[in-house]
Amino acid sequence: MMLLKSLRSSGTFRSVLFLRFSGSVRNASKFDYDLVVLGGGSGGLACAKEAVEYGARVLCLDYVKPTPAGTKWGVGGTCVNVGCIPKKLMHQASLLGEAVHEAVAYGWNVNDRDIKPDWKKLVKVVQNHIKSVNWVTRVDLRDKKVEYVNSIGSFVDPHTIKYKTKQGELKQPTAQYVVIAVGGRPRYPPIKGAMELGITSDDIFSYEKEPGRTLVVGAGYVGLECACFLKGLGYDPTVMVRSIVLRGFDRQMSELLAAMMTDRGIHFLNTTIPMGVERTSEGKLLVQYRNTTTQTDGSDVFDTVLWAIGRKGLIEDLNLGAAGVQTYNDKVIVDHTEATSVPHIFAVGDIIYGRPELTPVAILSGRLLARRLFAGSTQLMDYTDVATTVFTPLEYSCVGMSEEMAIERLGADNIEVFHGYYKPTEFFIPQKSFRHCYLKAVAEVSGDQKILGLHYIGPVAGEVIQGFAAALKSGLTVKTLLNTVGIHPTTAEEFTRLSITKRSGVDPTPASCCS
Amino acid sequence: MSLTLWNSRFSVTLVRQHATILMSSTTKTSAANSSHYILNNFQSQQRRNQTTIMDKGARRTSQQSGRNPGKTLQTGRNSLESSTSDTGLNVPPFNHPHCDRQAMYQQPVRKVKPVRGNYDYDLVVIGGGSGGLSCAKEAVAHGARVACLDFVKPTPLGTKWGVGGTCVNVGCIPKKLMHQAALLGEAVHEAAAYGWNVDDKIKPDWSKLVTAVQNHIKSVNWVTRVDLRDKKVEYINGLGSFVDSHTISAKLKGGERTITAQTFVIAVGGRPRYPNIPGAVEYGITSDDLFSLDHEPGKTLVVGAGYIGLECAGFLKGLGYEPTVMVRSIVLRGFDQQMANLVAAAMEERGIPFLRKTVPLSVEKQSDGRLLVKYENTETGEVDSDVFDTVLWAIGRKGLVDDLNLDNAGVLTHKDKIQVDCEETTNVPHIYAVGDIIYGKPELTPVAVLAGRLLARRLYADSELRMDYVDVATTVFTPLEYACVGLSEEDAIKLYGAEEIEVFHGYYKPTEFFIPQKSVRYCYVKAVAQRNGEQRVYGLHYLGPVAGEVIQGFAAALKSGLTIPTLMNTVGIHPTTAEEFTRLSITKRSGLDPTPASCCS
Repeated sequence: MMLLKSLRSSGTFRSVLFLRFSGSVRNASKFDYDLVVLGGGSGGLACAKEAVEYGARVLCLDYVKPTPAGTKWGVGGTCVNVGCIPKKLMHQASLLGEAVHEAVAYGWNVNDRDIKPDWKKLVKVVQNHIKSVNWVTRVDLRDKKVEYVNSIGSFVDPHTIKYKTKQGELKQPTAQYVVIAVGGRPRYPPIKGAMELGITSDDIFSYEKEPGRTLVVGAGYVGLECACFLKGLGYDPTVMVRSIVLRGFDRQMSELLAAMMTDRGIHFLNTTIPMGVERTSEGKLLVQYRNTTTQTDGSDVFDTVLWAIGRKGLIEDLNLGAAGVQTYNDKVIVDHTEATSVPHIFAVGDIIYGRPELTPVAILSGRLLARRLFAGSTQLMDYTDVATTVFTPLEYSCVGMSEEMAIERLGADNIEVFHGYYKPTEFFIPQKSFRHCYLKAVAEVSGDQKILGLHYIGPVAGEVIQGFAAALKSGLTVKTLLNTVGIHPTTAEEFTRLSITKRSGVDPTPASCCS
Repeated sequence: MSLTLWNSRFSVTLVRQHATILMSSTTKTSAANSSHYILNNFQSQQRRNQTTIMDKGARRTSQQSGRNPGKTLQTGRNSLESSTSDTGLNVPPFNHPHCDRQAMYQQPVRKVKPVRGNYDYDLVVIGGGSGGLSCAKEAVAHGARVACLDFVKPTPLGTKWGVGGTCVNVGCIPKKLMHQAALLGEAVHEAAAYGWNVDDKIKPDWSKLVTAVQNHIKSVNWVTRVDLRDKKVEYINGLGSFVDSHTISAKLKGGERTITAQTFVIAVGGRPRYPNIPGAVEYGITSDDLFSLDHEPGKTLVVGAGYIGLECAGFLKGLGYEPTVMVRSIVLRGFDQQMANLVAAAMEERGIPFLRKTVPLSVEKQSDGRLLVKYENTETGEVDSDVFDTVLWAIGRKGLVDDLNLDNAGVLTHKDKIQVDCEETTNVPHIYAVGDIIYGKPELTPVAVLAGRLLARRLYADSELRMDYVDVATTVFTPLEYACVGLSEEDAIKLYGAEEIEVFHGYYKPTEFFIPQKSVRYCYVKAVAQRNGEQRVYGLHYLGPVAGEVIQGFAAALKSGLTIPTLMNTVGIHPTTAEEFTRLSITKRSGLDPTPASCCS
């Protein structure tokens, strides 16, 4: 109620209140629960908690199968345990290593020679943080009266879920609505030694021994981020790329990011696939691989092999056939209301086919779904213009369309790309390379030049792009952008200084600094 | 053809002027086009054009009579505070941040074309800071012949610097670098918490820091000089003062030079004030001196709690010195006071003492070389004293109007500033002003840069675009940074009434703060919005890491008409601190606790 009150200014919530008290929401008595949520990650928990706020009786089933290496974790899903949170912390640790060197340039009498990270200590503090988040999550669920059971749920029929309690008792509650939010897990390649000897992002953040010389197989954002923080922590990563880096992202930005990583001493094995992994007599890992362009085979020895070749949806244990829910590959197909092929069964988060696999997307869609189910809301999740960030040492963040997508949709003649390299003020004193500090705006060519996409490589990219994401949603145009006064000295202000179009052919390298 | 039309309609004087303009115009627009403009705009601009003509006429006659045009304008000065619509000066009066945008855009842009040949230059810019240089460079890019006068008087301590103005030499740039140095000191401690085997008992080397900062500044000075040379802006290192409204005299190292120009832009900026107490000038320093100070500042009294005072105190503390902030009345006047008080509280939490309701009385040098400062609490009347190594005045800045001899040009001043209209025009139609010297506008580099550039485009490139001083974002680089855009809560209440606004707010916990156990107590965001209707966002306020980077995009969003529903429908970027804006859900009105419980869902 209090929450409702707090939100009462929004039009949606006025109708929410009305509908709720008019009693039109549901007929509760027929089922054991109003809602069963399968999966206790970002999307599932957001949906469950929101549903409870509106008076629904909710059960949340959550279970983590250990990885082949034996890693397991608590409630909260991928983001908290083996995703964004530990990733950002390790990224931060590697940035802080850089900061120590920079501190010397700024006059601090710190001894930065041979500084090394204590991997065990880092893992411990990261894991302690995760455990505290797990704990807060549990308390929160208890406070909000979401019934939480640590078990795998599967369908018996479209309205019945079965699961085993800790004591081994089989339960089969019925539910009016079911939300599938089981998320995904990393894939392993079907080659010799992959499962036995390789690890994934599920293992790295709690890995007991120093990763050492690491082969990162896969050049999606997970692979690149892992390679980068490993490099920043002083290990020696190599990235194996099957075809292209950062598929789905803007090509120019992706190539620039790879160039930045190469500049920092990360090796790339391009157009290469792994053929097998075996343990050498010294306990190291011998990886055989093939360059698919030259058709030559090679091999190298690593301490750690990390698979980052993609993630698969966890539909297998759900017995979706019993409910009649349609799937596509390992994902669930939903419509614009997150409904599956069975109208009272929904899905949110990474398990959905063809939507961005991001925590805030899952959270917002889960929350909006609960409001539609139990509070009479009609608001749908808007999956367009979702901003995202790749946490490499120079971070890359973007919102809206890539240049390719804009060309494909509007035609090259109908778009204008503004771009520029820039020099962050703080980079001069420690002589950090600003070779790859670059940003661009993809816009319509005519009228006020509505902006279709913004791309930024540089420090704190996520912090920079978030506000612009809100601007894009508000209909930002180039005219408005160039009329926005910069905040000096920041790097974000570079967006307000964009003036050179790609079409002009003018050199986008900056000359002066402050005027 | 157009001339005939003119003749038939308007006075001979007008025709003479506009004929000159049309024939001598070097811009791309055709004469027919320009006249079309002038025609359309004529009615509303009649008064202004009359002023222009009066001035021109006066100039011509002044060549005979030796008098400058000031007569009518002098009368204007007396009534400056009231509306002097006769000169067209005070329309529209926009005072940041509540400028009447509508009025501003409804007014047509006046077309004053540069006249070639009669003057040494088309444009003389007085002042080589952010605003002046951007204006000069842009004007040259559009074909104007431009000279830029720039001169820095040494501080009482003897500090001086090169081209580029306050920002580059004694403002944003060195400030941000010292702030960064302080943050990096913190980062070393954090690195240890994240497992790096670094010895975090560390000290800064002040002279190494100053050298690094000054070297950077010198390289920027150099790049600026090269840029001016490349762009063919004539740079004159001399102090300019008006002889008459089209003539300026530059005091150079070896003598004096008289220069005439069709158009002037005054962009001389400002310098820190000294209080009128014994010892202030002899023993105190200002931000003009701090960034090149040749000795460690040590225990420092920072007098003044505007953003400059707080930023200096913040980085001095971060570098291990002991700053104390003396506050006369309130912290960060002009900013949202809830946020201002949180900024101050965050600084106090870091061990920076604040002497509130206190004014300095005198500064004396002791025999040991340290400075004895006597001060008074204005509430209790109690007089106290303390000994410091350095006293830094940060009590405000004054515009540098004194040396300009503005009377000779007939330009009116308002205190130590110059009042301009929505086209940056002073009361003398061919004399403009941009940057910190303008009365009542935000004193910020990017504002000056953009205003200068847009002015040059209106003058020489047929642009119509005016500077929009509304919703200018700004950042205070205190250890925990504060950035905002749009209205403060107070101003929103004043403007719309408390019943018509809704304030969403929340404390938050940056993910990176947990491991080094940094205090999250003052990490706070709020959005001030329209309560009903489309729930337009009026202002956004953020206290936390990299505040400037966070707010910049939201400034563009505000300019694009951001509403609360759009903000809440914007998907966050996880984990960032900027995403907290998308998670705002608690209103002040609800009375709910804005402290966060969970972290990730």
